[in-house]
Amino acid sequence: MEIEERTLENVVVLDLKGKLTIGEGDELLKEKINNLLQQGHKNLLLNLEDVPYVDSAGLGEIVRTYTTVSRQGGTLKLVNLTKRITDLLAITKLLTVFDTFESEADAVSSFSS
Amino acid sequence: MSTDSVIRLEFRSHCDMLDFVQVVSETLGALAKFDDDAIHWVSVAVRESVINAIKHGNREIEDKRVMVEFTLSPVADPDRLTVRVVDQGEGFDPVEVVDPLAPENLLKSSGRGVFFMRSFMDDLKLQRVPEGGMEVVMVKSSTSSS
Repeated sequence: MEIEERTLENVVVLDLKGKLTIGEGDELLKEKINNLLQQGHKNLLLNLEDVPYVDSAGLGEIVRTYTTVSRQGGTLKLVNLTKRITDLLAITKLLTVFDTFESEADAVSSFSS
Repeated sequence: MSTDSVIRLEFRSHCDMLDFVQVVSETLGALAKFDDDAIHWVSVAVRESVINAIKHGNREIEDKRVMVEFTLSPVADPDRLTVRVVDQGEGFDPVEVVDPLAPENLLKSSGRGVFFMRSFMDDLKLQRVPEGGMEVVMVKSSTSSS
């Protein structure tokens, strides 16, 4: 798992690349999010376009990220979900929790609305 | 004469074997004529079961073993994969597994492994084995919907 960071307007976009599974990416994501929150960033967008595989630990890390960001007054949203990640979020009812977008432009502008 | 093909793996309690188990699962899923989605989801279920065996069953004590047995049937024209995962832990009562869809559990960061197994396989059985440890038996057929 690699995480690349970009800033669009007032939103930090994290491009996740690779599997998000136990021992592979879950700790990296946690550290990245904690660093961004410590730096005062509140609007975070996870781009999941290049995440081919998520297991329960990886999904759990996304949930933990969401709750961590929310508790600190921030907002976490998801964009470019693959069909399989969408299916995972659907069966776990997490689609009802997360703000998800098909377009990065729509996702970024949603932080301003 | 046996009518099944059995592939048995046994390894120490460490997550470095997960990718190998996944590859075996995907290969056998293809032999059982699962479609691409079913191959993927079965591999997720198998990974979850092995992770549970390593983490929660054997408590990541590396000397404790995990056994994974794949059975393809019938051997001449397989369309059914049975996966049996056994650990050497203390076992648990399946009734105690929490419902990850309950509103109070939705935002928990763990507790979805068994739910994934149940969702992605046609049949799932969890039971303590007499010699100690937990046995998970999961079945998937290509004739079922993915």
